[in-house]
Amino acid sequence: MVPVTFFLALAAILFCIGLYGVLTRRHLVIVLVCIELMLNSVNINLVAFSAIGPFANITGQVFTLFVITVAAAEAAVGLAILIALYRNRNSIDVIKHDLLRW
Amino acid sequence: MIQNAWLIPVFPLIAFLILLFIGRFLKEKASYVGIAALALSFIVSVLVLFERIGGETYTFVIEWITFGESTITMGYEVTALNAMMLIVVTLVSLVVHIFSREYMHDDNRIHVFYSYLGLFSFSMLGLVLAPNVLQLFIFWELVGLCSFLLVGFWYFKPEAAAAAKKAFLTTRIGDVGLLLGLVILFNQTGSFDYGVIYAAVENGLINDTLITATALLIFLGAVGKSAQFPLHVWLPDAMEGPTPVSALIHAATMVAAGVYLVGVMYPLFLASSTAMTVVAYTGAITAFFAATMALVMTDIKRVLAYSTISQLGFMILALGTAGYVAGLFHLMTHAFFKALLFLGAGSVIFAVHHRQDIRDMGGLWSKMKITSVTFLIGALAIAGVFPLAGFWSKEEILASALLNGDGFLFAIALITAFMTAFYMFRLFFKTFTGEYRGGDHDDPHADDPRVDAYGAADVAEADNPRDESMDKEAHVPPAEDHGHHHSPEENSGFMTLPLIVLASLAVVAGLVNLPFMGYPLEGFLTEGLNLGSQPHGALWLAILSLAVAGSGIALAWAMYYKGAIAEDFFAKKAPGVHNLLLNKYYLDEIYTAVFVRPTVAIGRFFWEMDKSIVDGMVNLIGRSTSSTGRSFGRRHNGQLQTYGLVSILGGIVVIALAFVLRGYFG
Repeated sequence: MVPVTFFLALAAILFCIGLYGVLTRRHLVIVLVCIELMLNSVNINLVAFSAIGPFANITGQVFTLFVITVAAAEAAVGLAILIALYRNRNSIDVIKHDLLRW
Repeated sequence: MIQNAWLIPVFPLIAFLILLFIGRFLKEKASYVGIAALALSFIVSVLVLFERIGGETYTFVIEWITFGESTITMGYEVTALNAMMLIVVTLVSLVVHIFSREYMHDDNRIHVFYSYLGLFSFSMLGLVLAPNVLQLFIFWELVGLCSFLLVGFWYFKPEAAAAAKKAFLTTRIGDVGLLLGLVILFNQTGSFDYGVIYAAVENGLINDTLITATALLIFLGAVGKSAQFPLHVWLPDAMEGPTPVSALIHAATMVAAGVYLVGVMYPLFLASSTAMTVVAYTGAITAFFAATMALVMTDIKRVLAYSTISQLGFMILALGTAGYVAGLFHLMTHAFFKALLFLGAGSVIFAVHHRQDIRDMGGLWSKMKITSVTFLIGALAIAGVFPLAGFWSKEEILASALLNGDGFLFAIALITAFMTAFYMFRLFFKTFTGEYRGGDHDDPHADDPRVDAYGAADVAEADNPRDESMDKEAHVPPAEDHGHHHSPEENSGFMTLPLIVLASLAVVAGLVNLPFMGYPLEGFLTEGLNLGSQPHGALWLAILSLAVAGSGIALAWAMYYKGAIAEDFFAKKAPGVHNLLLNKYYLDEIYTAVFVRPTVAIGRFFWEMDKSIVDGMVNLIGRSTSSTGRSFGRRHNGQLQTYGLVSILGGIVVIALAFVLRGYFG
């Protein structure tokens, strides 16, 4: 039996890679991909606890399905926004989109 | 009619209100509104006087404020003194209204002028009718305001604006004294009513020190208003106002308010010999110093202004030496002949196109018959020549100074009487006799700084570039225009009629207190008052005063008409004195150095303090807030990823804190 800590460590590593990508990549598509990575690391956690957690039950896996669905929708919306942004501003470089500045 | 005495101030008030609201549409016709109102007031005043002569003092008051045990009333009162004052004020005001019709007719703001005149007449009459000192004080301030407005009527002339400010501030010093005096009186007697105050003083309810203090404080108010030394400096400058205003306010009526105040509070003064001495000496010193300055002035209005100060000094001197009737009698006669002289001067100034320097005049006798003759009558009256009005009143003042004062006061009064005759006839001869010196185009005194300052001030004004319309308003025509081309001629009836009326009064006004008729005015004024016997001079005093006046006139005649003594004889003999007088004893300079500069310096100090410390603190708070905002604002760079990083770091910090402090995970 693989201890739960292994799964958790894997999830943490994936999450950190995703986070790093979100915070450093300048290409918006990569940023979106990295967000997916972070969501999936959460999914690993949910599935791991649902299988071998102290109160193991099916809820965690159901929740994972929801997350995947929402992630798909989010990716669709995100990409749509990305395209609209590109059409308007002619760039998908994160650095150049600083309209919220003071 | 005496019950309707309240109508007297109301007519001018109505005129003021009418002109305030629809004056703009009336323009020149505004003068008729003012004249009509004052004519009505005058008629009512005459009726009131006649009724008062046979009757009793009439008082009408209503309750105004009650607090604690004291009640303040308001209303009106017709006493012998103010019945006389009503006549003087309404009559002089009426003739000035008529005179101004012509004098101001090409001024664009003539309706404003008449509305101010109306307001002034209202205030002055209200002051006279007041039954208590508080009401008097209110109107006292109102006349001060009117004086300010009218002196500064040509506010676009810097001299006029400065003079108005000076007049207002200088009299304010006196007003503070008056107010303090009233506060003490109210504190001691619990009332502002004249009757209550008289009774309290008579019954010794106020202790002697307080009586003296109160009398002196109230006298300070009179000193300011009546331009007594050392607060006289505003009056000569006030001559920047239009000449009819000088005649009405700064010669005949408002400046007499100080004398009137002393007259009204006379029992209080009588109760303190210290106060009486101060009053007498202030009057004597003022009379003397002002007369010396009048000797050398070259501006026709300034000579008259110093003469006014000097004559007011005479009145105060008389009051200070128990000559109650003498002072008030002189107040009345002086009002008539000084108004006459000022209006005569106005007529001359109008005829010579707004020049005021007597060195530019001369030879007007043949050109302006009525003005010349009436002016001569006025000059004779003020010099105290028998049998004109000034003779009778001045003689009584001399008697009062001799009998109740000391030798010093009498000598001063006598010397001043001599100087009065001299400077008045210097003015007369320079203006009306000899050759007309104003015809030449070039100003012969162009290099003289004093002419620049006073005489040619009007002409200089015309060079002011913003003046296209102003010229018309101030009716100071540019020198190049019709200014000096045609020679002066007599003015129309609007200007000569007032002169004739006042001249006849200057002749006959003395009759009301003739010795061989038993001093009727004295009987009228002192009836019912406990003022002691009034001083009267012997025949030799009358002859002496005549001789003094005669020698003054003779000296002026020798110097300025005959030329037997060179005009600058005395100026050459004592150049130091001459200079001192020309510079008005350097009093303006001394005041500037001693009072004005330190006050301005203190003001500036506090201003700087306010700017640097108080404002500094407020600004510091504001600035630190906005700089904090700005420094945080700079962090707001719009970079999504920076925000994300900060959020995550924050989250980590929160978690770490929770971990360390609360042992949440532990």
